[in-house]
Amino acid sequence: MGNPMKIRASAKDGVTEIKILMSHEMETGQRKDANGTVIPAWFINEITAKLDGKTVMQAQWGPSISKNPYLAFKVKGGKAGDKVSVTWVDNKGDTRTDEAAVT
Amino acid sequence: MTQAVMERRQVLTFLGVLAAAGFVVPQAAFANWDKTAFDAKTMDEALKALGAGAPANSGDVQVVASDIAENGAVVPVQAVSKLPNTERIAILVEKNPNMLAAAFDLGPDTIPEVTARIKMGQTSNVMVLVKADGKFYAASKEIKVTLGGCGG
Repeated sequence: MGNPMKIRASAKDGVTEIKILMSHEMETGQRKDANGTVIPAWFINEITAKLDGKTVMQAQWGPSISKNPYLAFKVKGGKAGDKVSVTWVDNKGDTRTDEAAVT
Repeated sequence: MTQAVMERRQVLTFLGVLAAAGFVVPQAAFANWDKTAFDAKTMDEALKALGAGAPANSGDVQVVASDIAENGAVVPVQAVSKLPNTERIAILVEKNPNMLAAAFDLGPDTIPEVTARIKMGQTSNVMVLVKADGKFYAASKEIKVTLGGCGG
Protein backbone atom coordinates (compact mmCIF):
# COMPACT_ATOMS: atom_id res chain seq x y z
CA MET A 1 0.00 0.00 0.00
CA GLY A 2 1.57 3.21 -1.18
CA ASN A 3 1.31 6.70 0.23
CA PRO A 4 -1.91 8.69 -0.17
CA MET A 5 -2.70 10.50 -3.40
CA LYS A 6 -3.50 14.16 -3.49
CA ILE A 7 -6.72 14.71 -5.36
CA ARG A 8 -8.16 18.12 -6.15
CA ALA A 9 -11.42 18.44 -8.01
CA SER A 10 -13.26 21.65 -8.70
CA ALA A 11 -16.48 22.30 -10.60
CA LYS A 12 -16.86 25.48 -12.62
CA ASP A 13 -19.28 26.38 -15.42
CA GLY A 14 -20.50 22.80 -15.78
CA VAL A 15 -17.03 21.28 -16.03
CA THR A 16 -15.18 19.44 -13.27
CA GLU A 17 -11.41 19.57 -13.38
CA ILE A 18 -9.69 16.68 -11.63
CA LYS A 19 -6.01 16.84 -10.69
CA ILE A 20 -4.25 13.88 -9.15
CA LEU A 21 -0.78 13.63 -7.69
CA MET A 22 0.28 10.08 -6.90
CA SER A 23 3.19 9.00 -4.77
CA HIS A 24 5.14 6.27 -6.53
CA GLU A 25 8.74 5.52 -7.50
CA MET A 26 7.91 4.62 -11.13
CA GLU A 27 11.13 2.66 -11.53
CA THR A 28 11.76 1.93 -15.22
CA GLY A 29 13.67 -1.34 -14.90
CA GLN A 30 16.51 0.20 -16.92
CA ARG A 31 18.50 1.88 -14.19
CA LYS A 32 21.36 0.19 -12.38
CA ASP A 33 22.39 0.59 -8.76
CA ALA A 34 25.95 1.28 -7.58
CA ASN A 35 26.90 -2.40 -8.01
CA GLY A 36 25.68 -2.52 -11.59
CA THR A 37 22.63 -4.60 -10.71
CA VAL A 38 19.52 -3.68 -12.66
CA ILE A 39 16.86 -2.15 -10.42
CA PRO A 40 13.65 -4.05 -11.22
CA ALA A 41 10.80 -2.19 -12.86
CA TRP A 42 8.18 -0.94 -10.43
CA PHE A 43 5.51 1.32 -11.78
CA ILE A 44 1.81 2.08 -11.69
CA ASN A 45 0.25 0.53 -14.76
CA GLU A 46 -3.48 0.94 -14.31
CA ILE A 47 -5.57 3.82 -13.10
CA THR A 48 -9.31 4.15 -12.76
CA ALA A 49 -10.97 7.46 -11.94
CA LYS A 50 -14.62 7.77 -11.00
CA LEU A 51 -16.79 10.82 -10.61
CA ASP A 52 -19.98 10.31 -8.63
CA GLY A 53 -19.59 6.54 -9.00
CA LYS A 54 -19.25 6.65 -12.80
CA THR A 55 -15.94 5.71 -14.44
CA VAL A 56 -14.69 8.76 -16.32
CA MET A 57 -11.15 7.68 -17.09
CA GLN A 58 -9.22 4.45 -17.27
CA ALA A 59 -5.55 4.68 -18.03
CA GLN A 60 -2.76 2.23 -18.75
CA TRP A 61 0.74 3.46 -18.04
CA GLY A 62 4.20 2.28 -18.89
CA PRO A 63 7.38 2.99 -16.95
CA SER A 64 8.02 6.22 -18.83
CA ILE A 65 5.56 8.12 -16.69
CA SER A 66 7.50 10.34 -14.28
CA LYS A 67 8.13 9.53 -10.62
CA ASN A 68 5.26 10.71 -8.42
CA PRO A 69 2.89 10.86 -11.37
CA TYR A 70 0.64 13.81 -12.05
CA LEU A 71 -2.57 13.46 -14.01
CA ALA A 72 -5.10 16.14 -14.87
CA PHE A 73 -8.27 16.02 -16.94
CA LYS A 74 -11.72 17.53 -17.21
CA VAL A 75 -15.19 16.03 -17.18
CA LYS A 76 -18.48 17.58 -18.27
CA GLY A 77 -20.93 17.81 -15.41
CA GLY A 78 -20.23 17.21 -11.76
CA LYS A 79 -21.02 19.52 -8.89
CA ALA A 80 -19.67 20.50 -5.51
CA GLY A 81 -19.95 17.59 -3.10
CA ASP A 82 -19.69 14.87 -5.76
CA LYS A 83 -17.24 12.15 -4.89
CA VAL A 84 -14.08 11.58 -6.92
CA SER A 85 -12.46 8.19 -6.45
CA VAL A 86 -9.11 7.19 -7.94
CA THR A 87 -7.54 3.72 -7.86
CA TRP A 88 -4.11 2.69 -9.07
CA VAL A 89 -2.55 -0.74 -9.46
CA ASP A 90 1.18 -1.22 -9.91
CA ASN A 91 3.10 -4.02 -11.65
CA LYS A 92 3.77 -5.70 -8.29
CA GLY A 93 0.03 -5.96 -7.68
CA ASP A 94 0.00 -3.25 -5.04
CA THR A 95 -3.05 -1.02 -5.17
CA ARG A 96 -4.41 2.09 -3.55
CA THR A 97 -7.69 4.00 -3.68
CA ASP A 98 -8.25 7.55 -2.49
CA GLU A 99 -11.28 9.77 -2.53
CA ALA A 100 -11.99 13.46 -2.50
CA ALA A 101 -15.06 15.67 -2.80
CA VAL A 102 -15.55 18.12 -5.66
CA THR A 103 -15.36 21.73 -4.49
CA MET B 1 12.62 -41.68 -12.10
CA THR B 2 8.95 -42.32 -12.76
CA GLN B 3 6.95 -40.68 -15.45
CA ALA B 4 4.74 -38.91 -12.89
CA VAL B 5 7.69 -37.21 -11.21
CA MET B 6 9.03 -36.09 -14.57
CA GLU B 7 5.73 -34.54 -15.49
CA ARG B 8 5.42 -32.74 -12.21
CA ARG B 9 8.86 -31.27 -12.69
CA GLN B 10 8.07 -30.13 -16.16
CA VAL B 11 4.89 -28.48 -15.00
CA LEU B 12 6.71 -26.68 -12.20
CA THR B 13 9.39 -25.49 -14.58
CA PHE B 14 6.75 -24.31 -16.98
CA LEU B 15 4.98 -22.34 -14.24
CA GLY B 16 8.29 -20.87 -13.18
CA VAL B 17 8.97 -19.68 -16.71
CA LEU B 18 5.51 -18.13 -16.89
CA ALA B 19 6.00 -16.34 -13.59
CA ALA B 20 9.41 -15.06 -14.66
CA ALA B 21 7.97 -13.74 -17.90
CA GLY B 22 5.35 -11.84 -15.92
CA PHE B 23 2.39 -13.86 -17.12
CA VAL B 24 1.35 -14.99 -13.67
CA VAL B 25 0.32 -11.89 -11.80
CA PRO B 26 -1.02 -11.60 -8.30
CA GLN B 27 -4.06 -9.50 -9.07
CA ALA B 28 -6.85 -9.86 -11.57
CA ALA B 29 -7.00 -6.07 -11.98
CA PHE B 30 -3.69 -6.31 -13.80
CA ALA B 31 -5.27 -8.27 -16.62
CA ASN B 32 -6.26 -5.29 -18.75
CA TRP B 33 -2.74 -3.99 -19.16
CA ASP B 34 -1.70 -4.17 -22.80
CA LYS B 35 1.70 -5.79 -22.43
CA THR B 36 2.29 -6.10 -26.19
CA ALA B 37 1.79 -2.39 -26.77
CA PHE B 38 3.93 -1.33 -23.80
CA ASP B 39 6.73 -3.76 -24.71
CA ALA B 40 6.90 -2.55 -28.32
CA LYS B 41 10.36 -1.36 -29.26
CA THR B 42 9.49 0.38 -32.52
CA MET B 43 6.83 2.88 -33.43
CA ASP B 44 5.34 0.49 -36.02
CA GLU B 45 5.02 -2.29 -33.45
CA ALA B 46 3.49 0.03 -30.87
CA LEU B 47 0.96 1.45 -33.33
CA LYS B 48 0.11 -2.05 -34.54
CA ALA B 49 -0.42 -3.28 -30.97
CA LEU B 50 -2.72 -0.34 -30.34
CA GLY B 51 -4.64 -1.24 -33.49
CA ALA B 52 -3.75 2.06 -35.09
CA GLY B 53 -1.81 1.00 -38.20
CA ALA B 54 -0.88 4.24 -39.93
CA PRO B 55 -2.80 7.04 -38.21
CA ALA B 56 -3.73 10.12 -40.22
CA ASN B 57 -2.07 13.36 -39.18
CA SER B 58 -4.71 15.72 -37.90
CA GLY B 59 -4.71 19.39 -36.99
CA ASP B 60 -7.43 18.56 -34.47
CA VAL B 61 -4.91 16.67 -32.36
CA GLN B 62 -2.41 18.70 -30.37
CA VAL B 63 0.66 17.99 -28.30
CA VAL B 64 0.87 20.84 -25.83
CA ALA B 65 4.33 21.03 -24.28
CA SER B 66 7.24 23.43 -24.13
CA ASP B 67 9.86 23.14 -26.92
CA ILE B 68 12.65 22.48 -24.47
CA ALA B 69 12.52 20.30 -21.37
CA GLU B 70 15.37 20.94 -19.00
CA ASN B 71 14.82 17.75 -17.06
CA GLY B 72 13.96 14.66 -19.10
CA ALA B 73 12.74 12.89 -15.96
CA VAL B 74 9.76 15.23 -15.70
CA VAL B 75 8.33 16.52 -18.98
CA PRO B 76 4.82 17.91 -18.70
CA VAL B 77 2.74 17.04 -21.76
CA GLN B 78 -0.87 17.84 -22.47
CA ALA B 79 -2.63 15.74 -25.09
CA VAL B 80 -5.61 17.47 -26.68
CA SER B 81 -8.15 16.21 -29.17
CA LYS B 82 -10.79 18.41 -30.74
CA LEU B 83 -12.33 15.46 -32.58
CA PRO B 84 -15.86 14.44 -31.62
CA ASN B 85 -16.28 11.05 -29.93
CA THR B 86 -12.68 10.78 -28.82
CA GLU B 87 -12.51 7.44 -27.00
CA ARG B 88 -8.83 7.00 -26.41
CA ILE B 89 -5.70 9.13 -26.19
CA ALA B 90 -2.19 7.66 -26.16
CA ILE B 91 1.16 9.36 -25.65
CA LEU B 92 4.20 7.86 -27.40
CA VAL B 93 7.82 8.94 -27.21
CA GLU B 94 9.69 8.02 -30.39
CA LYS B 95 13.16 7.67 -28.92
CA ASN B 96 12.35 6.06 -25.58
CA PRO B 97 13.29 2.36 -25.22
CA ASN B 98 9.56 1.63 -25.13
CA MET B 99 7.57 4.08 -27.19
CA LEU B 100 4.23 3.90 -25.43
CA ALA B 101 4.09 6.00 -22.26
CA ALA B 102 0.37 6.02 -21.55
CA ALA B 103 -3.03 5.23 -22.96
CA PHE B 104 -6.12 6.93 -21.57
CA ASP B 105 -9.61 5.58 -22.14
CA LEU B 106 -12.15 8.33 -21.71
CA GLY B 107 -15.72 8.13 -20.52
CA PRO B 108 -18.43 9.75 -22.67
CA ASP B 109 -18.46 12.94 -20.55
CA THR B 110 -14.69 13.25 -20.25
CA ILE B 111 -13.21 16.14 -22.22
CA PRO B 112 -10.30 14.91 -24.41
CA GLU B 113 -7.62 17.01 -22.75
CA VAL B 114 -5.24 15.01 -20.60
CA THR B 115 -2.15 16.27 -18.82
CA ALA B 116 0.60 13.98 -17.55
CA ARG B 117 4.31 14.11 -16.88
CA ILE B 118 6.55 11.77 -18.81
CA LYS B 119 10.19 10.69 -18.86
CA MET B 120 12.28 11.24 -21.97
CA GLY B 121 15.72 9.70 -22.47
CA GLN B 122 16.71 12.22 -25.12
CA THR B 123 15.39 14.82 -27.53
CA SER B 124 12.57 13.16 -29.41
CA ASN B 125 9.30 13.52 -31.18
CA VAL B 126 6.36 13.01 -28.87
CA MET B 127 3.27 11.65 -30.57
CA VAL B 128 -0.29 11.96 -29.40
CA LEU B 129 -2.48 9.25 -30.88
CA VAL B 130 -6.24 9.70 -30.74
CA LYS B 131 -8.98 7.19 -31.43
CA ALA B 132 -12.21 8.94 -32.37
CA ASP B 133 -15.25 7.26 -33.93
CA GLY B 134 -13.15 4.13 -34.34
CA LYS B 135 -10.48 5.87 -36.44
CA PHE B 136 -6.96 6.88 -35.49
CA TYR B 137 -5.43 10.33 -35.78
CA ALA B 138 -2.08 11.64 -34.62
CA ALA B 139 0.09 14.68 -34.14
CA SER B 140 3.74 14.98 -33.14
CA LYS B 141 5.94 17.61 -31.61
CA GLU B 142 9.66 17.56 -31.02
CA ILE B 143 10.68 18.23 -27.45
CA LYS B 144 14.35 18.98 -26.85
CA VAL B 145 15.75 17.43 -23.71
CA THR B 146 18.79 18.96 -22.02
CA LEU B 147 19.20 16.25 -19.38
CA GLY B 148 17.98 12.70 -20.07
CA GLY B 149 15.52 11.08 -17.70
CA CYS B 150 16.03 7.38 -18.22
CA GLY B 151 19.66 6.72 -17.27
CA GLY B 152 21.00 5.98 -13.83
